[in-house]
Amino acid sequence: MTGEVAVLGAGMHPWGKWGRSFVEYGTAAARAALTDAGIDWQQVRSVVGADTMRCGYPGYVAGATFAQALGWQGARVTSVYAACASGAQAINTARSQILAGMADVVLVVGADAAPKGFFAPAGGERPDDPDWLRFRVLGATNPAYFGLYARRRMALYGDTPEDFALVKVKNAAAGALNPNARYRKAVSAEDVAASAVVADPLRLLDICATSDGAAALVLTSMDFARRHGAGDPVRIRAVSTVTPTYPKAVLDLPDIATDSAAAVDPLPRPFRASIALAAYEEAGIGPEDLSLAEVYDLSTALELEWYEDIGLCGAGEGAKLVREGATALGGRIPVNVSGGLASFGEAVPAQAIAQVCELTWQLRGTAGRRQVPGARTGITANQGLFGHGSAVVAVR
Amino acid sequence: MVAGWFTQDSGEEDFRLLGTRCTACSAVFFPREDSFCRNPACTGGELAEVPLSKRGRVWSYTDGRYRPPAPYVCDPDAQWEPYTLVAVELEAERMVVLGQGVPGVRVSDLAVGMEVEVVPGVLNEDGDTVWTTWHWRPLGVAS
Repeated sequence: MTGEVAVLGAGMHPWGKWGRSFVEYGTAAARAALTDAGIDWQQVRSVVGADTMRCGYPGYVAGATFAQALGWQGARVTSVYAACASGAQAINTARSQILAGMADVVLVVGADAAPKGFFAPAGGERPDDPDWLRFRVLGATNPAYFGLYARRRMALYGDTPEDFALVKVKNAAAGALNPNARYRKAVSAEDVAASAVVADPLRLLDICATSDGAAALVLTSMDFARRHGAGDPVRIRAVSTVTPTYPKAVLDLPDIATDSAAAVDPLPRPFRASIALAAYEEAGIGPEDLSLAEVYDLSTALELEWYEDIGLCGAGEGAKLVREGATALGGRIPVNVSGGLASFGEAVPAQAIAQVCELTWQLRGTAGRRQVPGARTGITANQGLFGHGSAVVAVR
Repeated sequence: MVAGWFTQDSGEEDFRLLGTRCTACSAVFFPREDSFCRNPACTGGELAEVPLSKRGRVWSYTDGRYRPPAPYVCDPDAQWEPYTLVAVELEAERMVVLGQGVPGVRVSDLAVGMEVEVVPGVLNEDGDTVWTTWHWRPLGVAS
């Protein structure tokens, strides 16, 4: 396929609370990805950094920051910010450059050193910023939105807190097998039920933590991969970075209200579903072709919603899937075999890149004890602030 | 803080959220949009202030069991009292508006589909000033 790029290298810095600079994490991940690819840093012709907004000036220009740390060598540089979707947009930027013939070898890096507790908006008095306003006027944290979605599922579909806990149990079991995960311990449904309520009905163990961490990829043209001796590399076949269609009828971070549908009827398909659909259309595949998926389990309940939005089941059937074990390792369509954000925590600019690292290892068949046998096709899905989101399809 | 988001100096009966309505396509915006109509099919009209429905139905709800970070204003020395957050569907405007529940309303008092109404409330106060906000109150509950 002409629209494909090769994933020659994938690397991470283990996630956790390490107390060091995001530059150090990102550089470690980049070096790991370069080693994995068998590529010398000096061969890289473009660097794309996913921005780390909490880390001030160097974080805003992440591409140059990583290029400097690795040693200036004249490569083209780009920095990308899209909140939780930063990594996916960085991958898309790298892919676009390769397909446009601007660079043969591109390094994509995202890293974060996240504070403990709730994410908060930038400081100062900024009433013109919707993200600032939701905290000031409503005290609406990210988990508050996850709580609203979870409660809505309970009312519409009869999901229970016990269903949500099953997602954590499943992801923790997978994360226990992943040396890069922050949490590597099995969790029981009783553990989830015993943890404190954060935003009703969600408990501490239903919500992903914040973490330090980093992930990096070396992407190349298919021609370069062949010349490099990689005849059958993992390939990225599609990246969707779609926006919603007006009126967006589902309340989303950081909005205080939805668009009004008084003037225009909303599409029957919710926005989150359009993210995966765009990727499927571009890749020429459907959910039935998937071997595995990595989705943003910012909360356990949200993972169930993703099952529906990436087409693994119909609306309202997500809980059934997790109850049946279909999405567990060894199930019909394993989801978040990396352990997901439940096991990694959020390192915002790195996590969408980390999802593609996991797909890469799975499609190569090198994922060790968490390997999905014979994996050939995978999708990632994520969502950033203001409702935009991204999905990546990788194949082997 | 949020000038023009709700009626000022009105009693509880007359208290309303204020949005804007595009005079060309009749799209409604809350918080108010005063610059450009965001309907992509609309070439744009004047945006006129419009009061939103006083009553709506609960789309979903949750609460905050832990103190939110700044810029939320609260007394760090006082014990944290969880508040509820209620997302309310307004039928006429066909939109969902988030707000805090009136003080004292707990998640156990709420249900999806329940009818609620908007009433004035206190966001925070210091020695000189009381900052007003809007709260959602289940019908039949006194504040």
